[in-house]
Amino acid sequence: MPCGIIAIGGSWGGVRATGVLLRALPADLPVPIVIALHRGEEGSTALAATLTTKSAIAVVEATDKDVPIPGRAYLAPPGYHLLVERGGLSLSTDEPERFSRPSIDVLFDSVAVSYGDEAVGVILTGASDDGAAGLARIRSRGGVTVVQEPATAERRTMPDAALAASAAHRVVALEEIAPFLLKVCGGG
Amino acid sequence: MPDPREPQRRRDLEAVEIDLLAEGIYEAYGFDFRRYSRPSFRRRVWRRVEFEGLTSISGLLERVLHDPAAMKRLLADLSVNVSAMFRDPGFFRVFRAKVIPQLRTYPFLRVWNAGCATGEETLSVAILLKEAGLYDRTRIYATDMDDATLDQARTLAYPIAKMREYTENYIRAGGTRSFSEYYVADGDRVVFHPSLAQNVVFAQHNLVTDRSFNEFHVIMCRNVMIYFDRDLQEHVHKLLYESLTPFGVLGLGSRETLELSGHREGYEQLDETARLYRKVV
Repeated sequence: MPCGIIAIGGSWGGVRATGVLLRALPADLPVPIVIALHRGEEGSTALAATLTTKSAIAVVEATDKDVPIPGRAYLAPPGYHLLVERGGLSLSTDEPERFSRPSIDVLFDSVAVSYGDEAVGVILTGASDDGAAGLARIRSRGGVTVVQEPATAERRTMPDAALAASAAHRVVALEEIAPFLLKVCGGG
Repeated sequence: MPDPREPQRRRDLEAVEIDLLAEGIYEAYGFDFRRYSRPSFRRRVWRRVEFEGLTSISGLLERVLHDPAAMKRLLADLSVNVSAMFRDPGFFRVFRAKVIPQLRTYPFLRVWNAGCATGEETLSVAILLKEAGLYDRTRIYATDMDDATLDQARTLAYPIAKMREYTENYIRAGGTRSFSEYYVADGDRVVFHPSLAQNVVFAQHNLVTDRSFNEFHVIMCRNVMIYFDRDLQEHVHKLLYESLTPFGVLGLGSRETLELSGHREGYEQLDETARLYRKVV
């Protein structure tokens, strides 16, 4: 099964965890990454720059209809849902889902629909249950799913919820997620 | 022929149903969603499927074809762009600083709020122009494809729970008055002052299927085209470009861009971050 895209979701502690994960990935990662992190609607747009620091992966805030490029990570902008289809990213200002916009479920659901068994989903630390349904969706469509080992998470609610939804193929410590993704998607 | 039960084929069935729904609506009602951005369209359609107590998109197609009231409900779902007053306050700050001075040079102003939905953006612009002393010589055309949504916009009523956010936005957008001067509370909602709508024309217009109807000094079309695919965006960009006067200003949403558009050359960007573009000739 080829790997077409990696989708990452997190909330509380998610910025730090995403940084750790991205820094362990090489610039020649053969697939693009999409990321939804909960933050305030007024969240600083400097987040992409922060995540890019010390990372070989360039992190950009998604612009509507961006065509994702391998080795780059696209961050859902504050106040927008990020959705994926083959060949392009889309944004939406539809109502928040579970009080969240961006919503991890919305992102993961679109990834599951468009990439099917070429999708890889990752749930990191977080203090809500957003993402559990989306990750289960990726799994049910044949994609590969990873959940951060709750004991290694700053907040375990989100990984616990994903596990309760039977959404995970693998449960691994934060530091082990990047090596696992490289095994699945190649590169490095 | 592939095995009809093969999973790959089943998965594609949903895409077929979405195509059929868009075709059916177009043929029966004339609303054209065929080039809407697929992931958002799909999501909104599924919400309607669930609200209607149905289980499939085909089921929704059957219902909307035979029941115009159901079509109205779907149209409302597809028309509403959830917005906020003074959404992205930085945009309005730049508008005050860089667009208002230019607008002062015109004896009469025509503004088009294309895809106004429930009117949050329309009123934001009205307030801005009022505070600049330009409102009395302005006409704002606020258009949307859905009549029911326009009816709601005409009420000038919004949930009172939103006012804290809107007030913060207003202040951060450079507003200098007390925002509560602009509305009166009425139970769990507020109603904005009718004078704000005095020079507003709410009218039905479909960006996908209708033509340009005037020339404007300012066009606001923020977070409307994100629901369109690239081809349709290009079509609408052409329409907007042709509807601007020379040096007219186009305002887009904070994560929309003209960079992919064939009309990029026709505009200069007024600010590094705010999506405000001036038509150059």
